[in-house]
Amino acid sequence: MIVKRLFPLLVAIFTVFATPQNLMAAHEEPAHHEAAAHGDAAHEEEKGFNASEVIFSHIGDSHYWHLFDWNEHPVSLSLPVIIYHPEKGMEFFSASKFHHGHESYNGYHIEHGMKEKIVSEDGASIIDFSITKNVLSMIISVVLLLVIMTNVAKKYKKNGVMKAPSGFQNALEPVLNFIRDEVAKPNLGSKYMKFMPLLLTLFFFIWINNLLGLLPGGANFTGNIAVTACLAIISFIVMVVNGNKHFWGHLLNPPGVPTGVKLLLVPIEIISLFIKPVALMIRLFANMMAGHIVILSVISMIFIFGGISKVAGWGFAPVSLAFSIFMFFLELLVAAIQAFIFTNLTAVFIGQAVEEAHHHDEAHAEH
Amino acid sequence: MELLTPDFGLFFWTLLAFLTVFFILRKFAWGPILKSLSERETGIAESIAAADRLKKEMAQMQNENEQLMAKAREERTAMLKEARIEQERIISKAKEDTKAITDKMLADARLQIEQQKMAALTEVKNQIGNLAVEVAEKVLRKELAGADTQNAYAHTLVEEIKLN
Repeated sequence: MIVKRLFPLLVAIFTVFATPQNLMAAHEEPAHHEAAAHGDAAHEEEKGFNASEVIFSHIGDSHYWHLFDWNEHPVSLSLPVIIYHPEKGMEFFSASKFHHGHESYNGYHIEHGMKEKIVSEDGASIIDFSITKNVLSMIISVVLLLVIMTNVAKKYKKNGVMKAPSGFQNALEPVLNFIRDEVAKPNLGSKYMKFMPLLLTLFFFIWINNLLGLLPGGANFTGNIAVTACLAIISFIVMVVNGNKHFWGHLLNPPGVPTGVKLLLVPIEIISLFIKPVALMIRLFANMMAGHIVILSVISMIFIFGGISKVAGWGFAPVSLAFSIFMFFLELLVAAIQAFIFTNLTAVFIGQAVEEAHHHDEAHAEH
Repeated sequence: MELLTPDFGLFFWTLLAFLTVFFILRKFAWGPILKSLSERETGIAESIAAADRLKKEMAQMQNENEQLMAKAREERTAMLKEARIEQERIISKAKEDTKAITDKMLADARLQIEQQKMAALTEVKNQIGNLAVEVAEKVLRKELAGADTQNAYAHTLVEEIKLN
């Protein structure tokens, strides 16, 4: 029931604040301030609309959740900043103290490069634990996940197992069955039940975050390498921890291979072991980031043409919109596909690690 | 290249959130849901198996019923046949019996008739005899009024006796 009330609200929040005008104004604005803050950025001001800056500030993380601009002033949520300073310890304050990046506070200031970054003025290497836009977006997704899934689970308990599923339960059940029958069972065999919670969590976590990222004004959470690295490391750890004797034996001492070849093969095998999570990490990151970049680029074209002449801008708007709508649908598909691929490959890797030696006889010969 | 260097903060929060979600959902969502799903599946499989079994049982029962019916039908025919035979036997026996009785009755009747007839005849004979004797007496009384005639008659009688 909470979901029903929360979801339209969220959708409304995200849609209201994202119209093309805001997009343009939003990113001229930081350019202004940067120009003021750092003299070297002055040339950016003359170019007017800067597409790459719009795009990179959108796909990057931020300490503000920028909503829209009002009278040339950005209206945004200032998010909490949490910094670990090696000498001063933990510090906690609101990002509003930076006044949108043009004032320093407490010895820290925000630097706008390709990524928005807080640096300490005393040169110390600080660790930024801030609840950034990505973190907040993730927290929303976590709340949604928990509410939706526990409600669905409650429904199973309430209705009993033999009643036909209804509502959200009905929408989720095919997905659950799909993960179980198409991802877990073929790759993990009889041990699939042990890994189902992980696979389901991975799938839904990635999927819901992909979708939240697609909402106008949403964060590019799954298109951030820290996120995909974290997820890839989790699946890598699960794979390594569950690797059985057969798996490690084949990896480190392949049976029936001459010693000379072994010297070549084992390092390659070890490298391939580490390449697996790296591939997972890069695939999801690159796909999601690319999607965001393409949509934003297509929309930015309106303003690039608008910068040349007003007529060109309005004239190009329908083309650009059609493109971006097409891309949006494509991204909806990609959101599910990438979640599926990540889950499926995780299942494949774990499957390789837990596979029993049923087609090799040497394992039996030992007994 | 800045985009490719992961921020530790985001990494940390993601890890924390993911693990939290994982453990909570494993306990409160995936566990119960997966259990329910597999329960339902086994339930459905069992129901189908039970239905199949019932169907087989039904077929068997129907078979048995048919066999019983056939058997009953056979028995009925056999019984009818027997009954017919019995009936025929009874009828023929009855016929025989009646015939015997009637025969006996007829024979009795005939005997009785014969006896009656004989009795009647004897009676008639007696009556006739008496009548004849009376007539003869009357005649004789008239005829034998004289002594000659009595003698002549005695003679004839004697002769008649001889002839006999």
